[in-house]
Amino acid sequence: MTNDLIHATAAELAAKIHSGEVSSVEVTQAHLDRIAETDGKVNAFLHVDTEGALAQARTVDEAVKAGETVGALAGVPLALKDVMTTEGVPTTVGSKILEGWLPPYDATVTRKLKEAGVVILGKTNMDEFAMGSSTENSAYGPTHNPWDLDRIPGGSGGGSSAALAAYQAPLAIGTDTGGSIRQPGAVTGTVGVKPTYGGVSRYGLVAFSSSLDQAGPCARTVLDAALLHEVIAGYDHMDSTSINAPVPPVVAAAREGLSGDLSGLRIGVVTQFQGEGYQPGVLRSFQAAVSQLKELGAEIADVSCPSFDYALPAYYLIAPSECSSNLARFDAMRYGLRVGDDGTRSTEEVMSLTREAGFGPEVKRRIMIGTYALSSGYYDAYYGSAQKVRTLITQDFAKAFENFDVLISPTTPTTAFKIGERANDPIAMYKADLCTIPANLAGTPAMSVPSGLSDEDGLPVGLQIMAPALQDHRMYRVAAAYEAARGAFGGPSL
Amino acid sequence: MPSISRDEVAHLAKLARLAVTEDELDLFAGQLDVILQSVASVGDIATADIPPTSHAVPLTNVFREDVVRPSLGQQQALSGAPEAEDGRFRVPRILGEEA
Repeated sequence: MTNDLIHATAAELAAKIHSGEVSSVEVTQAHLDRIAETDGKVNAFLHVDTEGALAQARTVDEAVKAGETVGALAGVPLALKDVMTTEGVPTTVGSKILEGWLPPYDATVTRKLKEAGVVILGKTNMDEFAMGSSTENSAYGPTHNPWDLDRIPGGSGGGSSAALAAYQAPLAIGTDTGGSIRQPGAVTGTVGVKPTYGGVSRYGLVAFSSSLDQAGPCARTVLDAALLHEVIAGYDHMDSTSINAPVPPVVAAAREGLSGDLSGLRIGVVTQFQGEGYQPGVLRSFQAAVSQLKELGAEIADVSCPSFDYALPAYYLIAPSECSSNLARFDAMRYGLRVGDDGTRSTEEVMSLTREAGFGPEVKRRIMIGTYALSSGYYDAYYGSAQKVRTLITQDFAKAFENFDVLISPTTPTTAFKIGERANDPIAMYKADLCTIPANLAGTPAMSVPSGLSDEDGLPVGLQIMAPALQDHRMYRVAAAYEAARGAFGGPSL
Repeated sequence: MPSISRDEVAHLAKLARLAVTEDELDLFAGQLDVILQSVASVGDIATADIPPTSHAVPLTNVFREDVVRPSLGQQQALSGAPEAEDGRFRVPRILGEEA
């Protein structure tokens, strides 16, 4: 029974809970037990909120018993990335600088989840301030990939994706600044979606790079991701960059896709994202996915987006620049860590000592790169040029979408690498985000759906699907059709 | 080709309010140099005629009605403070002894 509950999809669990076949408390307890049993090995969670989760589950069960109409995912458990504030529940962003902080307010995403009756199991591990591609930059130890515990689960949202792959939760929330939802999804064999920029409110999302940060749904199936997408999306007056437009019909699109017909749909294969530097098994998995999409009726052709070759360097200027400004708020004065305040030191000295003690090496590196790129004399050559590349990337997308409904590529060039393998080589680490970054720079939606396992190492591979802004539903339709055609590919044994 | 010295890294750390150690200066000087060299390629295609994009969604100022809404109370706002006194944030001295 417990085994059935943890392997079920969110849609299946919701149906069972809402019909009274099983209670949300039973479902929640099964997942809490699974976390207790496996998280010593995986380290997906930084905080498990047992009491809060069970209280929410009881509320949903009472509503169901009373015959009330409940939300589509009411009673279903979820793992929340520790970048979202949760009132009275620890929020560390994977950093020592916020250790022990209890936020006095909920992020909009948190509030929407609670209002929808979703059960928040706890907060998941992440690279500090979402800066990383492996979750090794967490101040609280790395998360391990459930498919192979010696390997990384991707990052920055490795905790959320690993929790899904380990059957600790059927749903999770991630945030994606350069690939932090999609790349962990790819290397853990799970679905991860970065919605159109502005589609999901950033209020209460601890900021890294505000023009790129976007929260989105993570799940084991495309339909589950769509159901969660509709819960968290929508205009929010608390976020001035929130888009005031209807939420794209992603659930209807996922259901339509399950019919398996993509006749007439035009799919472009981005030629920049293959070849040298790509693992052969990843490319073979990608080619197999292309063949399956053809069999479903899609028309497929190559498309060149030359500026995408410059997306990675542009990103590693824009994101650090914005972070150097955003992280100035961690000043040891109003919340978080304070170090060295012995009565003799000035505010400035206390700030510097606190930030030195509270931030890890990658965060310091990026703050200094950003400080450099924004300084007078270097601004035009670095930040200014990166902003121009951003224009070119947006133009390449627009041109490609004149001829194609969606674009595809591998999500990431390799399968999960070993923990420690790239830890001392920032450039090698950054390359994990090669294919995912353009969509962040252009603000367009993109997702990763598993394309099975690589034939050379048996590890999961992701297929990336990209759509024009506010056309999020297009990629859900394609992903759902592909998922049905692909079939099951097993799961990790833990 | 850009090149960044140990002294420049020390200056950046000071600007960014990071009391980095001597060992870190050595480490970061090397790494920042490599990173900056690898991202300098943006200059290859960023010609003068291309307008910059600071934000994916072209937004100008967003206005809303000026209505009173609930907000954090004093106690909640101070709940995470490293130190508070008399309902206010307590901070280390801001001015020097001689000032």
